[in-house]
Amino acid sequence: MVAGGAAIPSGVCDGSGEAGVCDDRPEIEDPRDFGMCEQASSELSLHQKKIFKVDDHIGVAIAGLTADGRVLSRYMRNECINHSYTYESSLPVGRLVVQLADKSQVCTQRSWKRPYGVGLLVGGLDESGPHLYYNCPSGNYFEYQAFAIGSRSQAAKTYLERKFEGFMDAQEDLIKDALFALRETLQGEKLTSSICTMAVVGVGEPFHILDEEAVQALIDEFQIEEPPTDEATASDESSGAESGPADQGTAADQGATPMDI
Amino acid sequence: MTKQQANWSPYDNNGGTCVAIAGADYCVIAADTRMSTGYNILTRDYSKIIQLADKSVMASSGFQADVRALQKVLAARHLIYQHQHNKQMSCPAMAQLLSNTLYYKRFFPYYAFNVLGGLDNEGKGCVFTYDAVGSYERVGYSSQGSGATLITPFLDNQLKSPSPLLLPAKDAVTPLSESEAIDLVKTCFASATERDIYTGDKLEMVILNASGIRREYMELRKD
Repeated sequence: MVAGGAAIPSGVCDGSGEAGVCDDRPEIEDPRDFGMCEQASSELSLHQKKIFKVDDHIGVAIAGLTADGRVLSRYMRNECINHSYTYESSLPVGRLVVQLADKSQVCTQRSWKRPYGVGLLVGGLDESGPHLYYNCPSGNYFEYQAFAIGSRSQAAKTYLERKFEGFMDAQEDLIKDALFALRETLQGEKLTSSICTMAVVGVGEPFHILDEEAVQALIDEFQIEEPPTDEATASDESSGAESGPADQGTAADQGATPMDI
Repeated sequence: MTKQQANWSPYDNNGGTCVAIAGADYCVIAADTRMSTGYNILTRDYSKIIQLADKSVMASSGFQADVRALQKVLAARHLIYQHQHNKQMSCPAMAQLLSNTLYYKRFFPYYAFNVLGGLDNEGKGCVFTYDAVGSYERVGYSSQGSGATLITPFLDNQLKSPSPLLLPAKDAVTPLSESEAIDLVKTCFASATERDIYTGDKLEMVILNASGIRREYMELRKD
């Protein structure tokens, strides 16, 4: 642990990652997807929960010290509830991330505190449309169209950078893109719904985590279990079903920290 | 020198009546939709019923500003419960929460007279009746509000609730079918409307059973 702005506890870069994709174009659906790949620490244990519903219109995925992530999720839930109680309306996503960022910053400027060791992908919907934010332990936050975090996120980020301009508006396509990005992070392993969690939020559709069968059905439908042999052009051309290389959900970078963009 | 009396009260009574009846596998919660103050009517179309959880519905008469504040507190607490426990609150749990919330303001009470109805963990109908500071009891049927004095004796006569002191303990549910209970509720309100000036306009009924929740309305006298 290093004191000061850009320090990230090493726990952040553990064996799992996430990616979020969002479509910002004004469409009927305005969906936002989160996908997250979680590797269980041993065969005996269940997967740790890393995607949390914060409110009907906001969800968060975490990478790093999950205990810190749970604490921050609890804080975010509380802020949303208090805002709804006072103003009878949903807390805009941008306000929530600022409050979260300011809370994180305090821990970087008090000698007796330590930063929250977790990066958060906050996705949600408000009056101005869908948003995806990334909150760092330093208190910095950024808005994205698509992003991936975690120890193997670089592969997913590369995929997203190539693909994001062509993101379709339909929710199914976004889910497909997220799964492709997720698969990129697996480095050859098979993508199944047992190591992957997917959540969606959209207009008229409260934030909810898809159940395992639904995710497996989507994986099968897009036939993205097998990573492509040639990742570059071949995969770009195909519209997904057969040789879609990248899974967008999880990103696991070796050695990358949440601060890296 | 006579003692100074307050010429302003933090409370007002907006009138209205609430009734709830529990059945073997259903629960009917009903209230009129008239909101009044003094001898005036504020509106003929105000709902006193709120669904707090999947299987809990609350009807409250009294001071509607306090009722609204109470509903908001309970809704927020239910959201917290769902985040922590990953499930909806059961009706008996909500009953206890309501009692605690009311007693929390023991020395500046919510001027709200509540009946909570729903399905318990076994799917049977349950009704809980409260006073303004949270004293509550599970019963087979209950009535609160300005028309309660007219309705309760009638329900006692029709539903013959077994005394909780009798042994063996009897189920606090009525032997009526769902449609019979609904007709009984309609009769109660039609009668109360005749003699209680604060009750009338429209009757709103919420019926909870295994297949879900539905609402029914009936016109009442408007005078």
